[in-house]
Amino acid sequence: MSKQKLVVVGNGMAGARAVEEVLARGGAEMFDIVMFGEEPYGNYNRILLSEILNGIQDADGITMNPLSWYAENGITLHAGHRVEKIDRAAKIVISNGGVRARYDKLMIATGSRAFIPPMQGVRMEDGSLKPGVFGYRTIADCQQIVDYARRSKIAVTIGGGLLGLEAARSMTVLGCESHVVHLAGHLMEMQLDVAAGGILKKTIEGMDIRVHTSKLTTEVLGTDKVEGLRFKDGTELPCDLVLVAAGIRPNSEIGQLSGLTVERAIVVNDHMQSLDDRDIYVVGECAQHRGRLYGLVAPLYEQAKVFAEHVTRTNVNAAYHGSKLATKLKVMGVELASMGITDPTDDNDEVVQFTEPKRGTYKKLIVRDGRLVGGILMGDIGKAPFLMQAFAQDAPLPEERLSLMFDLGTPSAKVTYDEMPAETQVCNCNGVTKAGIAASVVAGASSSKAVMAQTRAGMGCGACKGEVTELVSWLLGGEVEEDPSVHYYVPTIPMRKPELMREVVARGLKSVSSVFRELGNGEVDPSAKPALASLLITVWKGEYEDERDARFINDRVHANIQKDGTFSVIPEMPGGVCTPDELVRIGQVAQKYNVPLVKLTGGQRVDLVGLKKDDLPKIWSDLGFKAGYAWGKSYRTCKSCIGTDFCRFGLGDSMGFAQRIERRYRGIDSPAKLKLATAGCPRNCSEAYVKDVGFVAVGDGKWEIYVGGAAGAHIRKGDLLFTAKDETEAMLIGSRFMQFYRENAKWKERTYTFMERIGLERVRAVVVEDSEGICADLDAAMEASIAATVDPWLEAVAPKTANQFTSVIPAKEDV
Amino acid sequence: MMASTEVLLGFIDQIPVGEGRTFRVADLEIAVFHTAEGAVYATQAFCPHRQGPLADGLLGGTTLMCPLHDRTFDLRSGCGTSHEQLGLATYPTRVSDGEIWLHPVPSPAREAAE
Repeated sequence: MSKQKLVVVGNGMAGARAVEEVLARGGAEMFDIVMFGEEPYGNYNRILLSEILNGIQDADGITMNPLSWYAENGITLHAGHRVEKIDRAAKIVISNGGVRARYDKLMIATGSRAFIPPMQGVRMEDGSLKPGVFGYRTIADCQQIVDYARRSKIAVTIGGGLLGLEAARSMTVLGCESHVVHLAGHLMEMQLDVAAGGILKKTIEGMDIRVHTSKLTTEVLGTDKVEGLRFKDGTELPCDLVLVAAGIRPNSEIGQLSGLTVERAIVVNDHMQSLDDRDIYVVGECAQHRGRLYGLVAPLYEQAKVFAEHVTRTNVNAAYHGSKLATKLKVMGVELASMGITDPTDDNDEVVQFTEPKRGTYKKLIVRDGRLVGGILMGDIGKAPFLMQAFAQDAPLPEERLSLMFDLGTPSAKVTYDEMPAETQVCNCNGVTKAGIAASVVAGASSSKAVMAQTRAGMGCGACKGEVTELVSWLLGGEVEEDPSVHYYVPTIPMRKPELMREVVARGLKSVSSVFRELGNGEVDPSAKPALASLLITVWKGEYEDERDARFINDRVHANIQKDGTFSVIPEMPGGVCTPDELVRIGQVAQKYNVPLVKLTGGQRVDLVGLKKDDLPKIWSDLGFKAGYAWGKSYRTCKSCIGTDFCRFGLGDSMGFAQRIERRYRGIDSPAKLKLATAGCPRNCSEAYVKDVGFVAVGDGKWEIYVGGAAGAHIRKGDLLFTAKDETEAMLIGSRFMQFYRENAKWKERTYTFMERIGLERVRAVVVEDSEGICADLDAAMEASIAATVDPWLEAVAPKTANQFTSVIPAKEDV
Repeated sequence: MMASTEVLLGFIDQIPVGEGRTFRVADLEIAVFHTAEGAVYATQAFCPHRQGPLADGLLGGTTLMCPLHDRTFDLRSGCGTSHEQLGLATYPTRVSDGEIWLHPVPSPAREAAE
């Protein structure tokens, strides 16, 4: 049987997603797929357009399906072609570029465009927008806006919905005085009630954005370019850039031209087919289903799935029944969840409400017959997953209404995840549930990135990324009681870390192979080897028997492997300080070895990136620096600010302290990397509050010690462990904490998870108050570890294994 | 054109026990592994996922883990064990008098074990 032709008109989020769904159902075997897209790129994430405006991402960064994806999947994409005509009799579509494509099945996903409300003077005589007025819908729009904003002083965004607010924020980032003009009485009236809109307005005004509500714009002033706006109340606002984000209009003209039933958009049945032509499907913002139009991504994706099931005939009964609108979003850093109605509409509706305006927190739930019919969460949206689930499923709510809004007596996220039902939807854009994420972790995904790539959770608007990350780390951290193996330090040896440490001491096991031999079940899991090596180093220090095959490649060649198999070299630079001579030497080495990239790291050092393994020993010798340990699960570095030497505000010698820290702890292995910082005052220029261990000078020689901070994928302010009276005491307590962590943390468990698992109170009791009487042991163990470290770059002249630094060995007897 | 006869790669002690090294035969790079049990296996040099250098991976028994993204493979068959759709081409080898001989014609990359 020859393949049918599937033509897709529109290559946005709905069109591309629909094709992905078709491919996932074996559609490549059934169809030759041809796509038309008006924009000259692959499919990108329109939800993230504001990130282009404010420069966080470029076009590549928000691309979901690059052009290569189409080629790889055998799809013919006509990018830059708008389809102008559908000849339904001949079953042919014709583009403005003259491309004709015959179809057996046609899918229309032309989406929508920015709605430009009628305003006097908004257009020039030729119908084009007045220079300075922009719609906000495409990458091209964004690029033009960015260019224009650079030459502008005052930018006004018309429309105070999600899109408009994000755009207004970007205008401040671009250096403009930013105003929002909104027709309704409060912001985001589709998602928020008056009170929540008011709180949001205050929050936004705090970000230096001026908000004007209940304003109808009647005229765009200026003859050949924008000079201001005039409103219905007679007032005027001078400005030189106007961004219109006042809603969208479906691109349904193609339906009208082709004789399809079009009301507000192209009307479809439950199979997403046009009422007039069963070979034409319509999906997304240009479709009208049971009288409703959808502009959020989640319903679009549901529709795409129904279309795919139906067109591939994998489920001929596939039907779309409409979506209940619930959305979780982040507007200008404010987390927000909204579902259903925003105000009670029935006398018997029960309203549960909590307001804390000072913190920007607002919660309101509307309950009807014991079921949730509406809700707004702002500021604290911790309960959103549960509530959105209850809303979507129309599930009965607990009698105790308070528990709907707050996690009573359950301070840690762990408990929440434990309680979260498996079918709870975590990512609303892509419909990924807790169970889906768990399945991906069980199948071997070992990072949130891997889980996201597999399940697409977090790949829509991105608002749930944090939650996905936390859930994944919770799943990997393993607090699940049913399966004791999740507590094992390594999978094939049934012992937790403290027990395993006692056992290796009792049996005198000093090498990884001996541990597997004596305690294992015969199976050697490669990923367990580095974990055991780390544990044995901590236990045995100088007596550890180093078997290089047990170490990750980075620890075999003392450099950090890169995506192309090259390595990076980071020399030690205590406190981010070096002499001019040292800096020149680094430069000379970089020149001599033609280093592809010289990069300053976040840890205040110089990274030489893209080096051949074979060159590493020579580079180390030429550098004459000690190793920076930037590759390992170990003490990494200690950042510092300029401290008291030159800074006008410095209260403590952060620079000197950082150098003393680095010279003491360099090369100390640990369960995961340890990044430290010292700050000379609470201004925190060196970011000590968000480090594994951070020291902050607070005057009178005192140092605050913060532990468990993070500012990577996970962001957490460190816990204040102790305020030390001087540097010596700070060093001692910091050292004790690190040793306690080394002995008790799971493999790859960063201090921020460790602190949440063990708890600040217990850690403080142990390392400050010596509640377990082990402080002397901890101190002695750390001293012994320090004494046992050897600079691994000395292997430059004394390699440890055969061909340690040889990237390719020629065959002895070649052909 | 590469002959289909065996090639002498070199001595087994050029590869530390439990590690791998990349060898070059004519213009072909091959990853060769020396397991803790003393066996020698050869596979394609780069991971089918993102071209990680497999000889830099970690070995446990006959399981190989790529250094870049932790994809795992069984060296005996080339089958992917973490991701079934990924597989490695393998090359027959034998060790005689401490020398590694390799037949430079690959068994095709295999997917999951049947």
